Amino acid sequence: MAYRRILTLARFTLLEAWRTRLPGLFLIALALACGTAYFFQQLAITESVRLQIIFSAAASRLAAVFVLGLYILTSIVREFNDKGLELTLSFDLRRADYVVGRLLGFLLIGAVMALMASIPQLLLAQAAAVAQWGVSLALELAIVTALSLFCVMTFTQLMPAAAFVAGFYVLARALSAIQLMSTSPLAVENPVSRQFVGWLIDGLTLIMPALDRYTQSAWLADAAAGWTAVGVCATQAVLYVTLLVAAAMFDFYRRNL
Amino acid sequence: MTVRDERPLSAVPLPVFAVLLAALALHVAIQWAQPRPVARAEALEAAPPVTVLRAAALGEPVAMAQLTALYLQAFDNQPGISIPFKDLDYARVIQWLARTIDLDPLGQYPLLLASQVYLQVPDPARQRLMGEFVQEQFLLDPDRRWRWLAHVAIMAKHRLHDNALALRYAAEITRAAPAAPSWARQMQIFILEDIGELESAKIMLGGLLATGQVTDEHELHFLTQRLEALKAAEKQTTQTKIRQF
Repeated sequence: MAYRRILTLARFTLLEAWRTRLPGLFLIALALACGTAYFFQQLAITESVRLQIIFSAAASRLAAVFVLGLYILTSIVREFNDKGLELTLSFDLRRADYVVGRLLGFLLIGAVMALMASIPQLLLAQAAAVAQWGVSLALELAIVTALSLFCVMTFTQLMPAAAFVAGFYVLARALSAIQLMSTSPLAVENPVSRQFVGWLIDGLTLIMPALDRYTQSAWLADAAAGWTAVGVCATQAVLYVTLLVAAAMFDFYRRNL
Repeated sequence: MTVRDERPLSAVPLPVFAVLLAALALHVAIQWAQPRPVARAEALEAAPPVTVLRAAALGEPVAMAQLTALYLQAFDNQPGISIPFKDLDYARVIQWLARTIDLDPLGQYPLLLASQVYLQVPDPARQRLMGEFVQEQFLLDPDRRWRWLAHVAIMAKHRLHDNALALRYAAEITRAAPAAPSWARQMQIFILEDIGELESAKIMLGGLLATGQVTDEHELHFLTQRLEALKAAEKQTTQTKIRQF
């Protein structure tokens, strides 16, 4: 019967998002992104449609990550502060069920947001490319969801959790470029510190997801990624979400409420 | 949360432990098996229109100009790879430099990059392209930008060995930049002298002294001496020619 409790939690998570007007907020963010992209398209002398696609896709992606990440953090923190968590756990509910239920709700919200972000792209790009971009965005949002859940379970406060999520996301997007820079012969003159920095960056790449491979706007503007590439992203996303959820559960089980 | 607030490790169910460790191990293994990112030289993109750059600058066009210049300057050293200047598309480099100047017309940085960095490439065609760009920009604000054209004139003479081009640049400084120091405005005379155009050099130097543009006593003395030397050299050349005849 645990799955029913999980589904109930997921349903209430969706209901909470609807009642706190998350879809409306995200629609406004999308309209702003697409409107600004259209404005830039009007200014461009050449490659105007390409510029519009790239800007609109990149801005929608960032908006989705920002809105969803912040929403999850504030939602859980509010539950902590209102003692809603204690009330929920006073029922016949395991802590793991609570985490999975909330995660499932947030994953569904992320999937809906990815769908919403993909629809405007259909006006400018090929349908297959948009589908791949949209699936990849949903996967990226799944990682952000699990990461936000883990951070808020661990830090329990908004500021440190939000800072960690933002820092992690930026680093995960830039890590491949940083790894390449560290191999440049011009990068560091001191061989010892260079080797140390190289090891550090290689270590980070082992434990962090390579988010720069997800949801690239070039897929819409230049060439579609192909379903194989999306499949690789999906495998890594499933694994990383599992890892983060397990880590969140680990911290949650050790917490004294 | 302090350590005392935490429950013991035994409070964590075994499956959670197992999934955490398994997922971590699997993720590390997959990341380990991934090929390392390969450095790939990317072509320099065409510069965006200046209106777009102005909009992106959010009211700070000078800061955007500095960022644009730094972006261009760093382009030869992309992550993991160093690109020789000669492999850069100079038409696009010039486009970026022009945008930077459009954003910050008082800034000297783009012209320094043009004349001191991109002009040093061992490719005469690219050197000429950059020289022409510097000359075009010089004509828009000669009194502020003469030094870069002066450098280009020297480069044209000594690197390109194109005296006519060097002379043209030097003549532009003399003509259009009255605020330039006298050495820059007199460069044309010395180039003429170097290439054996003694008569032209003499006329120009005489004209410069006659118009009273030179007021410094030492400089006046030096230039008068140069004029005398030119006259003597010209006399000697004429006598040699007569003897040979």
